[in-house]
Amino acid sequence: MGSTSSARCIKMEIKKISEYEWEIPKTGKMNVPGRIYASEKLISLIKQDKSLEQVSNVAQLPGIINASIAMPDAHQGYGFSIGGVAAFGMEDGIITPGGVGFDINCGVRILATDITVEDMIKKKKEILHDIFREVPSGVGRGHKEKLSIEELENVLKKGVNWAIEKRFGVKEDADRCEENGCMQNANPADVSQKAKSRGLGQLGTMGAGNHFLEIQEVDEVFDDEVAKTFGVEKGKVVIMIHSGSRGLGHQVASDFIREMENKYGNENLPDRELINAPINSELGKKYLSAMNCAVNFAFCNRQLMMHYVREVLKKHFPSSKNHLVYDVCHNIAKIEEHSVNGEMKKVCVHRKGATRSFGPGRIEVPEVYRSVGQPVIMPGSMGTFSYLLVGTKKSEELAFGSTAHGAGRVMSRSQAMREIKGEDVRKELCDCGIDLEAGSLKGVAEEAPAVYKDIDEVIKVSDSVGLAKKVVRLKPLAVMKG
Amino acid sequence: MTYEFLEHTADIKFRAKGKSIEEVFKESAMALKETMTKGTEIKKIEEKDVGVEGKDYESMLRNFLEEFLFLFDAEDFILSDVTEVMIDGFRLVATVKGDIIDNYKLTNDVKAITYNEMYVKETEKGWEAQVVLDV
Repeated sequence: MGSTSSARCIKMEIKKISEYEWEIPKTGKMNVPGRIYASEKLISLIKQDKSLEQVSNVAQLPGIINASIAMPDAHQGYGFSIGGVAAFGMEDGIITPGGVGFDINCGVRILATDITVEDMIKKKKEILHDIFREVPSGVGRGHKEKLSIEELENVLKKGVNWAIEKRFGVKEDADRCEENGCMQNANPADVSQKAKSRGLGQLGTMGAGNHFLEIQEVDEVFDDEVAKTFGVEKGKVVIMIHSGSRGLGHQVASDFIREMENKYGNENLPDRELINAPINSELGKKYLSAMNCAVNFAFCNRQLMMHYVREVLKKHFPSSKNHLVYDVCHNIAKIEEHSVNGEMKKVCVHRKGATRSFGPGRIEVPEVYRSVGQPVIMPGSMGTFSYLLVGTKKSEELAFGSTAHGAGRVMSRSQAMREIKGEDVRKELCDCGIDLEAGSLKGVAEEAPAVYKDIDEVIKVSDSVGLAKKVVRLKPLAVMKG
Repeated sequence: MTYEFLEHTADIKFRAKGKSIEEVFKESAMALKETMTKGTEIKKIEEKDVGVEGKDYESMLRNFLEEFLFLFDAEDFILSDVTEVMIDGFRLVATVKGDIIDNYKLTNDVKAITYNEMYVKETEKGWEAQVVLDV
């Protein structure tokens, strides 16, 4: 088999607009053009799979506004490409699970500490080991206590606030999450029993796949003022937590793909995964509400994981202080206000493998950050740099306030399994001074740095175009994988 | 008969073949099991009945495979073998055997069964299905 079917791909006409901007002209059934933000190097990778075809498919959906957009880290998904962004009008537009993804509110948060790198390095093996023990990972590794259905429904309604009420955090944590860690309009009655029973044992668990937890060092600061506002300092340690809504979110997505297909049929779709419902329809509203429940579950999930990490830090560094910098969603659809033809309008923005990147002044940005813009978090692949950036006005103009979400895959999992040995990856990381705790070495091979695009290139495009500006670079010290 | 894994950048894609429609459904379940267990041998301790419907073969296959993700998360059950499959129109009942996941160290997290590039079709040699798993 050839690699990712370039021969089978439909050839897409693509026009270079500027150094980092490409267009798929509006043709055939497309309602708007496609727009891709990428360098020469990244676009050549994007062309190798079906991303461009998927960008053009999204452009065919009813009510799409301005353009079907793809971020520098775009790669083939199902329905939307990963790194796909699209906004739809509230009157004539649609909402689609294919524009959110199965892992609803897969996202990242950063916990900043006042622990110095030197102090951390002395104890990091032990700390990583403790974190690995305290934060359940892998699959089927349930929460320490199984929730009752009533408690789970409270989680779905309250998000991070549920955890804070239970003393798994402080009030300031909620202020420093996208949407304050809780989507309103989340009715647990819209979530199936099946989805709920998949979620009962999974709150506070990392899962496997690309999810991870990293101890990192702030190793370079690009913007002193913003870094200070975010409370991150060179030479200090931060913890990055990457996880999502687990089986509950996956089931919500699957349930609504089925329901929408039963109601609307799949005959006229460019891709069966783009099944959708009008935003204003009963089913569209029900999906939005169920998706919001899954979003809240994921916020709460990361909050619990952070709580376990804090407990470990307290044990090893009793006098150290820490604060949540921010928690961002990478897979979500939301009703937001954006400028459409010069007029502020409510639209339904889908971000799939993309990060919200609001600039200064937006009411959605927490008060402490409102003068500079929201923190944007882009994890690299295992063992490579990650970045903390700041949202911009420019991204609001260009991409409905969105930017990339990380590195993006280039190599298939099966190819990685054949070509990369988990043990070699562990050794390479070790040679770089990075400790690793993982559920399985096979999982490590599948997520090896070589299977991802170059994060630095993705950041360069994002920063140069102005979709988000670099604030600090984060270097991994220790990695935990499911 | 058999199944094979194909290349896909982000996810797992497999193609299953069988002499009958029932066999291709069984082989698809075995490919899913292989993805979830990565070769770990699972004992046949517990027996379960699975029943699903669909509006066509593709949606029925999706619903069938999804059932194993549900059993995994909600009932801690991991599939070992599909002992019987009966299909009548777009209704399916199957008997499956497997074990409780706590007895194994499993890490591969299949998020969902997708429609991406999915097909179920009759060929000259029997039946064939293709599925992409979101992992």
